[in-house]
Amino acid sequence: MGTDAGYVGNAMNSFVDAVKFIFRNGQIPGQPHFTTLTYYALGTVKITVFAMGISLVIALPLGVWLGHRHRGSFVAINLGNIGRALPSLVVLAVASAFLGIGLNEVLVALVVLAVPPIITNAYVGIDEVDPDLVDAARGMGMTGLQVLRQVEMPLAVPLLMAGVRTATLFVISTTTLAAYAGYGDSLGEVVNNEAGYHLSGVLGAAICIAAMAIVIEVVLALVQRALTPEPLRRAEQLALPDEQFVPAIEAV
Amino acid sequence: MKGGGPVIPNFGGSAHALACQKANRLFCWDWFSSNWSGTLWPALRQHVLLVLIAVVAGFAISMVLALFAHRYQRVEQPVTWFTSFLYTIPSLAFFELLLGIPGLGLNLVTAEIPLVAYTLLILFRNILTGLRNVPTEVLDAARGMGMSRRQTLLRVELPLAMPAIIAGLRIATVSTVALATIAVLVDGNYGLGKPILDGIGDYYFKTELIAAGALAVLLAITADGLLVGAQRLLTPWARMRAT
Repeated sequence: MGTDAGYVGNAMNSFVDAVKFIFRNGQIPGQPHFTTLTYYALGTVKITVFAMGISLVIALPLGVWLGHRHRGSFVAINLGNIGRALPSLVVLAVASAFLGIGLNEVLVALVVLAVPPIITNAYVGIDEVDPDLVDAARGMGMTGLQVLRQVEMPLAVPLLMAGVRTATLFVISTTTLAAYAGYGDSLGEVVNNEAGYHLSGVLGAAICIAAMAIVIEVVLALVQRALTPEPLRRAEQLALPDEQFVPAIEAV
Repeated sequence: MKGGGPVIPNFGGSAHALACQKANRLFCWDWFSSNWSGTLWPALRQHVLLVLIAVVAGFAISMVLALFAHRYQRVEQPVTWFTSFLYTIPSLAFFELLLGIPGLGLNLVTAEIPLVAYTLLILFRNILTGLRNVPTEVLDAARGMGMSRRQTLLRVELPLAMPAIIAGLRIATVSTVALATIAVLVDGNYGLGKPILDGIGDYYFKTELIAAGALAVLLAITADGLLVGAQRLLTPWARMRAT
């Protein structure tokens, strides 16, 4: 943690040093194959993938099903509100205090934080599909599952993905915070250890975290584009930035 | 402790430790009440200030940006990209990166920058969407009544955009309350993050962590409730329609 006022004084060159650190960082004992940053970056990616995998398996079917049946709106929507109010540091700390410090315990905390936005957005996305379209699909003889797969899901892609993207950001940012709650296998470990890595290391790791988050966000944006049905893509240019938040909000 | 024996960690803190503190219960009410005025209440007050500054500043900036984007459509895309970019930076990295910038010390200003930055995307989008969703007929009617552009904005567009604006404020406020607990990593003595971090540092006694964490959640819920109340007051027509 940056508590030494001396660093602030000679911070002029700190970003230059940080970039140098990114390209020349040593190795940690017992890990001969990777440099320090690579090792911790892989750790961050690993836990992010695990946490998002588990959260998607839990939250996506639940949110989609609730939206399809138009049930449980109170729970589905308030879950998102409560999730937003939970400070990630506290969730991590409580998990590590009562469960222990390790991959599984941190995963519990991450899943707790990632599930609410996915459920809420999936619910709202499916629930708010134009009822006329659903009626038309049923009139054409589609079964419930066909309606869900061929009509509701494609139309809900922007909101489904908005939830997934929000959750992923939550998870990356919380994974790095986990260092403060005692879990040392992410880039947060470098940020948290200013005594060991100096300000240049802290800044270098912070730059890596930010870059990683942005790359993942861009990848997810591309995934969203690929999942959006062709005719909706052009309309999306205009409508998406607005729709992404507002339906969820108005339903609150 | 026997002389010369191994040093045993002192589980209960000082000799003045409360009974339930020694017993290390899940939640020690005596500790809570005896530390309320000295530790928790000041931290809560600071936290409120931290959030208030962030949301007010973020709202002012977003309002200006949204009004610009409402008038000149070209502005929207760059602002959306930039605010999304800020929103994407993980909090820990954001706070720490600011420490590398000369002139930004470990103080309240440094802590506020990310908090303000995170509110922009949501507030900008919601204000702009609210303004754009005002029906064209209503705008035509306003113009037909001889209202100027300014009058239309103040008397027609902004009031009708109020639900979307307040919805944005609710999201921004609630997430800022949660995020502000991380500001302690830059400004070591400010807000509920301080008792939370102290609670994390105490390996055995977790009341401080739970109490401060619960206060943060309660603060978020209270702020959300107040904004819902504000919306009811500011949009009386919505209530009339409902009844």
